[in-house]
Amino acid sequence: MIPFEYVRARDAAGAVAAVAEHPRAAFLAGGTNLVDNMKLGIEAPERIVDVTGLSLDTVDVLPGGGLRIGAGVRNADLAAHPEVRRTYPLLSKALLSGASGQLRNLATTGGNLLQRTRCPYYRHAEMPCNKREPGTGCSALGGVSRDRAVLGASENCVATHPSDMATAMCALDAEAVVQGTDGERRVPVEGLHRLPGDEPHRDTVLEPADLITAVELPPAPEGALSDYYKARERASFAFALASVAVEAVFDGGTVASTRIAFGGVAHKPWRARRAEEALIGHAPTEEAVRAAAAAELAEARPLEGDEFKTRIAAGALTTVFGRLAGRAGEGREDR
Amino acid sequence: MTDTTTHLGADSARVEGPAKVTGRARYASEYPLSGMAYVYPVGAPVARGKVRAIDAAEAEAVPGVLGVLWHGNAPRLEEAEPDGLSLAAELQVLQSDEVLYHGHMVAAVVAETTEAARHAAGLLRTDIDRSPHDAAFFRDRDDFYTPEDSDEHRGDPDAQIAGAHAVVDEVYGTAMQHNNPMEPHSTIAEWGAGGLTLHESTQGPHVVRETLAPMVGLEPDQVRVIAPFVGGGFGSKGPLHAPTIVAVLAARAFPGRPMKLLLPRQRMFDQVGYRSPTSMRVRLTAGADGVLTGISADAAVQSSRVAEFIETAAAPARMMYAAPHRRSTHSAVTLDAAPPTWMRAPGECPGMFGPEVAMDELACTLGIDPIELRVRNEPDRDPSSGLPYSSRNLVACLREGARRFGWADHDHAPGARHDGEWLVGAGVASSTYPAMLMPGSSAVVRHLGEGRYEVGIGAADIGTGAETALGLIAAEALEVPADRVRMRIGDTEQPTATVAGGSTGTVSWGSAITAAAQEFRKRHGSAPGTGAEATGDAAPPEEGDAYSSHGFGAQFAEVHVHAHTGEVRVPRLLGVWAVGRVISARTAHSQFLGGMVMGLSMALHESSEVDPRTGHVVNRDLADYHIAANADIGDVQAHWIDEHDPYVNALGAKGIGEIGIVGTAAAIANAAHHATGVRVRDLPLTPDRFV
Repeated sequence: MIPFEYVRARDAAGAVAAVAEHPRAAFLAGGTNLVDNMKLGIEAPERIVDVTGLSLDTVDVLPGGGLRIGAGVRNADLAAHPEVRRTYPLLSKALLSGASGQLRNLATTGGNLLQRTRCPYYRHAEMPCNKREPGTGCSALGGVSRDRAVLGASENCVATHPSDMATAMCALDAEAVVQGTDGERRVPVEGLHRLPGDEPHRDTVLEPADLITAVELPPAPEGALSDYYKARERASFAFALASVAVEAVFDGGTVASTRIAFGGVAHKPWRARRAEEALIGHAPTEEAVRAAAAAELAEARPLEGDEFKTRIAAGALTTVFGRLAGRAGEGREDR
Repeated sequence: MTDTTTHLGADSARVEGPAKVTGRARYASEYPLSGMAYVYPVGAPVARGKVRAIDAAEAEAVPGVLGVLWHGNAPRLEEAEPDGLSLAAELQVLQSDEVLYHGHMVAAVVAETTEAARHAAGLLRTDIDRSPHDAAFFRDRDDFYTPEDSDEHRGDPDAQIAGAHAVVDEVYGTAMQHNNPMEPHSTIAEWGAGGLTLHESTQGPHVVRETLAPMVGLEPDQVRVIAPFVGGGFGSKGPLHAPTIVAVLAARAFPGRPMKLLLPRQRMFDQVGYRSPTSMRVRLTAGADGVLTGISADAAVQSSRVAEFIETAAAPARMMYAAPHRRSTHSAVTLDAAPPTWMRAPGECPGMFGPEVAMDELACTLGIDPIELRVRNEPDRDPSSGLPYSSRNLVACLREGARRFGWADHDHAPGARHDGEWLVGAGVASSTYPAMLMPGSSAVVRHLGEGRYEVGIGAADIGTGAETALGLIAAEALEVPADRVRMRIGDTEQPTATVAGGSTGTVSWGSAITAAAQEFRKRHGSAPGTGAEATGDAAPPEEGDAYSSHGFGAQFAEVHVHAHTGEVRVPRLLGVWAVGRVISARTAHSQFLGGMVMGLSMALHESSEVDPRTGHVVNRDLADYHIAANADIGDVQAHWIDEHDPYVNALGAKGIGEIGIVGTAAAIANAAHHATGVRVRDLPLTPDRFV
């Protein structure tokens, strides 16, 4: 094992300082991704700052409605939380569609947002990878993988962001509360992750010493229905070929408002504003939903062999609106 | 059946079950030996080349590192010809500068801890003179060759096209697969004054001994191999592979210290073999009544520059259905790739996919029920050998399966049923696997006193339930209650046993045990003294050459395909088997279920993806290489019919370890076609094929 220094942080400011003062430091929470990557030899922090003792593990209803989720809340606990299940069921469903029960017991909210891509070339230390070693090239381009971005990729990187939870949070207009060296600030989840551009080694807009301490969800719109659909080859323990998180309010037979995000198709959770615009004010017929998906996916640039991913993304959106419209039609309140 | 047995066929609990579920069963890498050191393998990062030098200075400076072995300093191995299971060239590891595939072992670090060994391995500087490589398998290559003795011709199948009412002529593909038993290959090797001791995860302790001894200049009785518990093998632990040899080389280099090599999961994708991808052109010609006039099966597979291994995928088409004109051929291409190996039902498993889908296509073309089509082509003798079958009850399996599955409700139109978002279909395919008895096993029966017996044989139970089944056979032959017999297996201290492979274990070892028990009673009677013992050898069946012996089965699948995303799920699988006498009902049932689940995994998920630019398997762990998860498995049922076969062997039993995986993928692919109208001829059936 490569030797590293282990520091247990007492408070958020101390954790941030401990990482800021060392050029090769990393936060450790659940460890389900970082420790894996250390074993694979693709991450080698010299200092590990353990943030599991920071008491960031509560879920609280905010005074004006909405929810504040501590960054240390475990995925399994968040998925099972009564308020999440009642008000944000798509988030619970997204969480439960990720990883395995054992991993969800350990993985945290903050760590889930910041997990690294599962691109098999990134995860193989022998292979050139711009994300791992800038300037070495992208092996996934021209390589063999079903886990490549179809939206927003660059010639330097075609990795996807793997999180189901982040996709749901993106659709919910969640905000990350970030503690940095200059104090606390808020970053919308939609803007947290970057497109790769010519800096694919940067997954997010955060600085190395920035620590996510919480995620806040705004109140859900009155009467909103929501669902999350993850299309995958294996029925569990598989990353999405494409997924979609949808929240929608129906008024009579039409979509009054909706928020849509795709997962598994880009370097970040992909907020589908064009699809949203195309649907608002219209009846969610299969034809209309497919047209909305087409509007969003018009700028998709799948690599050879990946064309199916846009078809699956469109199919997932069609499926979810079919379900939501059915529930709206039945007048059910179980959203 | 008229026999009056009391034990055979019993629904007995797995005898080693409590030890396994309480963690007391000790697997090869779990022996806490004092002075243990750890070996970490280092593979070549190129698919072809020559090792110029290895700079180990930085690695050797890591605290706890004992040494670095490479071809410049590793102990020399004798050029021994192995027993026919292992590939000699594959075992000559760290003996030369040649790199013949990506991951080919070029060094191994030995250290006091596994962490130090792994860290140091990352610090080795390998200087390799790289050569161009070629590791891409595809059908249109122009450099396939014909392996020796691999083809069979009867009549003129090509000439049947002209007069045929219906012709199916398609190419079917199965993917490269890696065996991936749950327990990775693992060895603890210790070189002592008396010779070499191995704790080894193997399908054949005696195979390991017989193969290793001449390579390291020892007599077989100087090599002890201990393997009482093995966490699966699926064929890859039948032959020896390089990691075991590297552990032995380390033991030779550091005598008196046990050397542990527990293969990391990623290295399971380059060190211990795989099932070759297959591409098979199948041509069926038939009359309007569906009666076949010709069957052609031309299989293309890959082999390795290290050593030849041919997946005999065209073989099962020789004996499955009647047709006067038939051809089965193999062609292979030699790649800069690791050697393929056995994987559960080698030959039959990939080889039944194409023909059984082709039969479904023919049924669709002619508008004949696929079960009826198979019945119409039932041979009365083995079409390949001309011999009568010792028993063949495929039709009974099809009919019984149809009854249990509810096939009578089957409407033939593809793409015509749905359940909510899911398109629904059903499919059927046949299964077969040869019934063989391998000579060469011996057993010993000992009376421990007070009517208690110990029965020893060096057989490996790789999770199949062999120990349970053998105990029942011993109790039957000794005519004592089953709880009076204790089996001693998995150790070369016990009499020689053949490999757990080819679905031969239970009948081969059981035959030796029966012979030993009969000899025991002959010598010592029904009231033996304490310590009395006798041995016996496995004997081939008396009329073995007069019959063609195979197990048969029929598999039925219900498949759902998502209308919008193309995802494929299999809520229902049902198999009916005709395999002679079932010795141990509960563990046999598990074998059938396990085979069917593995067949489902092959159908929907498993595919090792080789990057032709590098020659490495890209999806080299269990997150990326998908094996069916619990959530993929719905209602799986296995039933068997009462088959009495007096000719196959004295036990009347046919092997069951492999037949369960044969035909499953075809049944699922046929059902997916029935659900969607989309005919997929290349495995696996991933969502992109249907969306």
